[in-house]
Amino acid sequence: MGAAVPFAFEDHAEVARRFPDLHPPFNFQEALTEANRCLNCFDAPCAAACPTHIDVPRFIKKIATRNLTGSALTILDANILGASCSRVCPVDVLCEGACVMLRFNKQPIAIGRLQRHAMDHFFASGAKLPAESKQQRSQKIVCIGAGPASLACAAELVQRGFHATVIERRALPGGLNTYGVAEYKLRPPDSLREVEMVRQLGVEFRFGVSIAHEQELAALERDYDAIFLGIGLGSTHELRIPGADHPDVVDALEFIARYKTSGNLKVGRNVVVIGAGNTAIDAANAARRLGADRVTIVYRRTEHDLPAFAFEYEHARREGVAFEWLAQPVAIYTDLASGRIASVECVRMNNAPGGLPTAIRDSEFQLPCDMVIPAIGQSPLIALLQQCRGVDVAGGRVQVDRATGRTSHPKYYAGGDCVNGGREVVDAVADGKRAGVAIARSFEAADA
Amino acid sequence: MPDLSTVFAGGIRCPNPFWLASAPPTNCGEQVMRAFDAGWGGAVWKTIGEPITNVSSRYSSVDWNGQRMMGLNNIELISDRPIETNLREIAAVKKRYPKHAVIASLMVESKREAWHDIVARSEDAGADGLELNFGCPHGMSERGMGSAVGQVPEYTELITGWVKEKARTPVLVKLTPNITDIRQIARAAKRGGADGLSAINTLNSITGIDLDTLEPRPNVDGISSHGGYCGPAVKPVALNMVHQLHSDAESRLPISGIGGIGTWQDAAEFILLGCGTVQVCTAAMHYGYRIVEDMIDGLQNWMREQGFDSVEAFRGLSAPKVTDWNHLNLNFKIVARIHEEKCIGCELCYIACWDGAHQCIHVDSARSSPPAIEAASRARISMTPIPKLDRDTQSDTRPARIPHVDEHECVGCNLCALVCPVEGCITMERVDNNLPRETWAEVVTRTNGKNC
Repeated sequence: MGAAVPFAFEDHAEVARRFPDLHPPFNFQEALTEANRCLNCFDAPCAAACPTHIDVPRFIKKIATRNLTGSALTILDANILGASCSRVCPVDVLCEGACVMLRFNKQPIAIGRLQRHAMDHFFASGAKLPAESKQQRSQKIVCIGAGPASLACAAELVQRGFHATVIERRALPGGLNTYGVAEYKLRPPDSLREVEMVRQLGVEFRFGVSIAHEQELAALERDYDAIFLGIGLGSTHELRIPGADHPDVVDALEFIARYKTSGNLKVGRNVVVIGAGNTAIDAANAARRLGADRVTIVYRRTEHDLPAFAFEYEHARREGVAFEWLAQPVAIYTDLASGRIASVECVRMNNAPGGLPTAIRDSEFQLPCDMVIPAIGQSPLIALLQQCRGVDVAGGRVQVDRATGRTSHPKYYAGGDCVNGGREVVDAVADGKRAGVAIARSFEAADA
Repeated sequence: MPDLSTVFAGGIRCPNPFWLASAPPTNCGEQVMRAFDAGWGGAVWKTIGEPITNVSSRYSSVDWNGQRMMGLNNIELISDRPIETNLREIAAVKKRYPKHAVIASLMVESKREAWHDIVARSEDAGADGLELNFGCPHGMSERGMGSAVGQVPEYTELITGWVKEKARTPVLVKLTPNITDIRQIARAAKRGGADGLSAINTLNSITGIDLDTLEPRPNVDGISSHGGYCGPAVKPVALNMVHQLHSDAESRLPISGIGGIGTWQDAAEFILLGCGTVQVCTAAMHYGYRIVEDMIDGLQNWMREQGFDSVEAFRGLSAPKVTDWNHLNLNFKIVARIHEEKCIGCELCYIACWDGAHQCIHVDSARSSPPAIEAASRARISMTPIPKLDRDTQSDTRPARIPHVDEHECVGCNLCALVCPVEGCITMERVDNNLPRETWAEVVTRTNGKNC
């Protein structure tokens, strides 16, 4: 069991150069002007639209009075990962999408950038979360996986006086915040800085811990009073077509983690990305920025069925990513002389609004490329979950009571991607916090 | 084209009623000439007297809601240039701009000969009128001048009288607002023979404290002094005082309105309450002389729309519409009406009515109080919509959030309409209650005072 904290990370200059901030920070005056533009709505729709219900007008008006510490603490009170959420949240469809300014023919308030302003100040000033003088509780809780859901759950529990341990199979904490978010949104050091704050609250971290066998689960059940599953999703689907075992077929999340954390910036000159979700977009944009001449996203449906957010699609087009609609890969061909990938063979699909698209006969065509990045959805760690005796799983997701994160097994709680099938960081934080509150309440009630 | 040319206080002629007030924008001839080129109709010269020594810094301001200089405060004194220099430049300006008004603002020792001397020299230089600075609230007052004169009716009357013994041009007395009843001083000025009043000078003020150093602003070597406050913040105070002067027979003289004027609308309001000219300082210090272009253009367009062909045609028209409270109609009833098609759902009217008024705006039929509504929102579980998965649910995630008014309970206070950010979304509409007009004064008369 490792204990590599505080979390060291060496920034890669080339990565920093190729992935500058997508949304640069506000300076003092910009933030003040924007904060003053906020109407300070009552029962504000932005706060309701945020899965963690950050009191948005309250933290914005604290920026307006230059009470930046109070602003940051308002954010952290609702969302312990307020810093990373301020950068990675799809604000267009969340808080900013709910802003009443949109009904006023005005730009919505730049809530995400204001939140970043407050959080940047918080970390730059060296401020710490105030130590809660809560009664110390005897119960110990373990959170499996060190991603946003577990971090939020563990932070909530230690703030309520419980002992929380986070175990993680990889070397660094933060989950997708560290390994999977596009670099121009969030850099690993910023993710790790935030986790360090959680650690300073008193959360214990153990790295390099895999839970793959029943006896390991049994040991956790014996050593801890409750178990939170924040395990996210497993590796992406393997592409089950001929030629997919070529080493230059690299899973999207692995490709992203590789350039972000290992300094391996290798990319093909002509890249095909399979799938059109937000992760596919991140991978395609990254391939462009790392130097690929041509990046094509292949999607079996049309532009109108795109699972990615509209602004992500726009962004990809600005980065120069091409799209091949109504096409499905059927084989990957390798050039025998060089040993490199030569092309992806695709078949044309029928447009089937609402239904499953079907292949058109004899419509095969070749997309020349030298690298293939599949990003066609992710499958849960079913194997592990099945070992959790009595935990209901349906459609690849752990079944929980949404308000508490309780699974069908009284000792197990769950949240984040393994519950919702893969949504945003902020959804995972909300799940983790709700579960943390529910776990705490169950013990507080028992102790009372 | 409506005519803006003005003859003020019995003889001061100018192409329009927009004057620069006695302040840094009128410090020297070069400035005043550029101001006239920009369109200003007159300028009251930076107060002339024995040259003083100024401090640095001199100004501080109050910002509001991200906007700069809602109010400006200064501790600068009168002109720091020799009297001869100022008078020589007045002569040069008048030579080149004979049709524009140049008013010499004066402040000298409280001695008859001193005033006679400065009056004669100013008029010899070509000044079209004189403005007696009895209002400066800092520095000069500590030396027995400025507001030290303007706060004592006897001094005001005496010195105005000395000036009138000598003056051939109209004499304006500039009044300080730092007094319980501005009419007391105005009456004294009128008794002393003044031809007009300039109102108001700046308000005594401390604009703020630096919360890092605990030092007040403007900072002069770690400490400060009270200054004179002006700018948009003081306009309502000025309008009220102008109205007090205009409606008091013993004070009534031509008034040059001063206090927070920066636009043609501001100017129109001062004129509607009786002013013959207006003076501008802060707005010109903020944006430069160029602001006068829209003041002229806007006022003329408004006059044309209203059918006024001269400034005199609308001067004072609103003055009779300001009265004492006990002459207001107690039976006049209005209620708030929310125009749903314009509502953006900020619910500021709701919380304002609940916390600051009479709890008669509601956002749901259950008549919940604000804490209950907030708690319900907090308990809701929200999720990030995924375009493909949640396509059907995206359009209807937000409730209407449109508040409604309980007209039976509404007292017609205006607060909701004032806080509403959308123009015309909340209107106050008359309700016919079939009651005759009746004022408190009439109630008292009718009931022989038994209702008091």
